[in-house]
Amino acid sequence: METVNVTTTEKATAVPAVRKKRKWTADHWLAAAFLAPSVVLIFLFVYGFIGWTGYVSLSNWNSLVPDWSFAGLKNYLYLFHDFRFQADLRNTLVFTVLFIAAVIVLGQLLAILLDQKLRGESLFRNIFFFPMALSFVVTGVVWQWLFNPSTGVNLFLKPLGLDGKWYTDTNILGGFHWGKIEFGVPVAIVAVVVAAVWQMTGFAVAMYLAGLRAIPDEVREAARMDGATEFQLYWKIILPLLRPITVSVIIIMAHISLKIFDLIYAMTGPGANFVTDVPGVYMFETTFRGNYYANGAAIAIVMLLSVAIFIVPYLISSRKGGS
Amino acid sequence: MRKKASAWLALALGIGMALSGCSSSNSSSDHAKQGSQKAGEKLEIFSWWTGAGEEDGLKALIKLFQEKYPDIKVENAAVAGGAGTNAKAVLASRMQGNDPPSTFQVHGGAELNEGWVAAGKMEPLNDLYEKEGWMDKFPKALIDMVSKDGNIYSVPVNIHRGNVLWYNKKIFADNGLQPPKTFDEFFQAADKLKAKGITPLALGDKEPWAATHLFENVLLGTLGTENYKKLWTGELSFNDPQVKQAVETFKKMLGYINEDHSSRNWQDAAQLVAEGKAAMYVMGDWVKGYFVNDLKLKVNQDFGYVPVPNTEGKFMVITDTFGLPKGVKNPDDVKKFLAVLGSVEGQDAFNPLKGSIPARIDADPSKYDEYGKQTMQDFKTAELAPSLAHGSAAPEGFVTKVNQAVNIFVTQKDVKTFIDTLASAAAELKK
Repeated sequence: METVNVTTTEKATAVPAVRKKRKWTADHWLAAAFLAPSVVLIFLFVYGFIGWTGYVSLSNWNSLVPDWSFAGLKNYLYLFHDFRFQADLRNTLVFTVLFIAAVIVLGQLLAILLDQKLRGESLFRNIFFFPMALSFVVTGVVWQWLFNPSTGVNLFLKPLGLDGKWYTDTNILGGFHWGKIEFGVPVAIVAVVVAAVWQMTGFAVAMYLAGLRAIPDEVREAARMDGATEFQLYWKIILPLLRPITVSVIIIMAHISLKIFDLIYAMTGPGANFVTDVPGVYMFETTFRGNYYANGAAIAIVMLLSVAIFIVPYLISSRKGGS
Repeated sequence: MRKKASAWLALALGIGMALSGCSSSNSSSDHAKQGSQKAGEKLEIFSWWTGAGEEDGLKALIKLFQEKYPDIKVENAAVAGGAGTNAKAVLASRMQGNDPPSTFQVHGGAELNEGWVAAGKMEPLNDLYEKEGWMDKFPKALIDMVSKDGNIYSVPVNIHRGNVLWYNKKIFADNGLQPPKTFDEFFQAADKLKAKGITPLALGDKEPWAATHLFENVLLGTLGTENYKKLWTGELSFNDPQVKQAVETFKKMLGYINEDHSSRNWQDAAQLVAEGKAAMYVMGDWVKGYFVNDLKLKVNQDFGYVPVPNTEGKFMVITDTFGLPKGVKNPDDVKKFLAVLGSVEGQDAFNPLKGSIPARIDADPSKYDEYGKQTMQDFKTAELAPSLAHGSAAPEGFVTKVNQAVNIFVTQKDVKTFIDTLASAAAELKK
C-alpha cells in the first residue's frame, strides 16, 4: 500500500509544476473536449436532479397534479412522525450494522483461509465470488423460498423440533418504546441480512485477499523470528495492516445497505408491521402508488444524506491523502 | 499524429450523432403538434394486462377492432408488473409531460374521478354514450362511478366482484358445515374448523392490499352499502361506533388466519384452500381464474363460493375502464376503439378470456361459465359498492395510507390506534 501512495504523491506534485510552464496544447484541448459532454451531462442529470428532488421535497406536490408552492419542512416533519418511517430508520440501522459486521468478519476469515496456499484455491475463490454475479432480485427470490416458513430450510429444521418463522417473525429483540415504534432488532431482518451477506461476502473476500497478498512475506517471517504465535501474527500484525481495506469495505457496503431496495422488494416486501421495510421501498410505494411526490422526494433526500455521512468524510480524507 | 487525428474524428462523429439525436427528437415532437393532420397515427392502448388470461382478452379485443378498422394502426402498450403499479408510474410521468397514450386502463371510481378527471386531463364522453345508446345498457350506479359533475369520462369493459367467500367443498362436507351467511355463522364454523386443526381462513398479505381487501368486505357487511359509501365522501366519520364494530369483527377474524400470512401473496393464500390446508378465503373473483386455469380445479366440485357474510345482495365492484385523455392526436380513432370496447361484441370477446363478467347488462350469458352466469345475474340486481383496496372508493393516496394502517393493525391489533389513523387520513377525503 505504501509504495502506491509514494508514486501518487510524486505525480501529484509533478503535474502542477509542468502545467504552470506550458500553455494548453492540442492534447489538453482534446482531453477537455472529450470530458466536457460527460461533465455537462453529470451536472445536469445527476446534480441538477438532486437539486430538483430537494426542491420537490420542500413543495406541496402530494397529488397527481404538481403543486410547486413552498411547504417548508412539512414533508420531513410528517415523515419523522410517521410510524412507517420510524420503523424504516430502525430497520436500516440494524440491517447496516449487522450486514457490515458480518461481511467484514466473514470476509477476513475466508480470505485468511484462502491465503494458506492451498490447492484448488481458485476454485474456492470462484465459489465465494459467484453470488456477486447475481442481481439482488434473484437473490431475494431464492432466499424468499429458502426462508419461507412452509418450505425451504424449515423442512430440515422441523424434524429437529425447530420451527423458524424467519422473515414472517414480528418480534423485536431488546425492544423498548421509542417514538411511535418499538426500537430493537427485528428478528425478521436477520433473514434479509443472511441473504445480503451471502451475496456480498465474496466481494469482501476478494478485497481482503488482495490486501493479504500485498503484505510482504518478510513481515510474517520477521514476526515469526521474534517468536509470535500464528494467532498473534494475525491478530496483532496482519489484521491491523488490513485496516485501510476494512475502511473501503465499510464505505462500499454502507452505501449499498443504506440504499437497499431490490433485495427487500423481491424477498419480503414491507413485511408485517413493517419489520423489513426500508426507506427505498417506502419511497417507491408512497411516490408511485400513493402519488405523494413531495413525501417521496423527502425520503430520497434523507437517504442521500445518510449515505453522504459515510461518503463525504471518505472523499475528504482521500483528497487530503493525495496532496 | 494519426492517432490524434482519428481521436478528433471520433469526437466530431460523437457530437454529430448527439446533434442528430436531438434533431430527430425535435422533429418527433413537431409531429405531436401537427399529428392530427398526419394520416395513420397509431392508436396506443395503455394497460397492465400482461398476465395469462387478461393478455389473451386484450388481444382478442384488438383483433376485433382491427377487423372493423383495418386502416388504424394499433399499438398494445402494456407495462408489466406490480399489479399495475409500474404501469401507473409510467402513465403518471407521461400524463404530467403532456404525452398521454391514446387511451389507458383505469379503475372506475376515485382512481379516475379524483385522479385524472380532477387533474383536468380527461375529455368527457357523454356524446359517445348517447350516440351508442349506452345510457341504459350499463347499470346507473356503474355510470355514476365513471362520472363527475354530470360528465361521463370512461367506458367500463369488465366487472370483477370483490365480496366473494371461496371455500373448500371437501372440508365443508367432511365437517358437516354450511357456507356462512352471517358473521356469527362464520365464527361458529371457524371455531369448529380450528378445533379440528384446520386453518379456518386463508390470508396472503405479503402485499398489504390483500388484508385491506378483507377489511373492506367486513366494513361493507357491517355498515351496509349506504353507510359504506358515505365513509368515502366524509359523510360518515371513521369514529362512528359501526366502524368500531367492523374493526372488532375484523380483529376477531384475524385470530383465525394462517400464521405465515405475511410470506404469501394472494395466489399462495388461494393455494391453501385448493390444497385443503385452509377452509375459506375472502378474495375477488380473479381467484376463480387462478383455481380453474392454473390449479385445474372444478367450479362447485372442488371449491364453492358465496358472498362474504352479511353481504348478500351487495356487490363490491372492481371495474377496469378506458377513457380519452386530453391532447391526444387522434380522438376520433380513440372513440372508435371505445365504441368497440363498450359493445356487446367487444365485451364478450374480452371477458370470457379475462375471467371477468361484462359491464353491460345485455351481454350473452351463454359465453360464460357457471360462476360467470350467476355473477352476471347478481350484478343486475345487487347494490353496487365501490372497492377501496382497488382504488374505486377513494383516491390512491388515501388507499396507500389505509394499507399502511391495516398492515400495522394485522400485527398489533390495536383498535384505537387503527381507527385514529383512519380518521386522520380521512381528513384528506373532505377536500
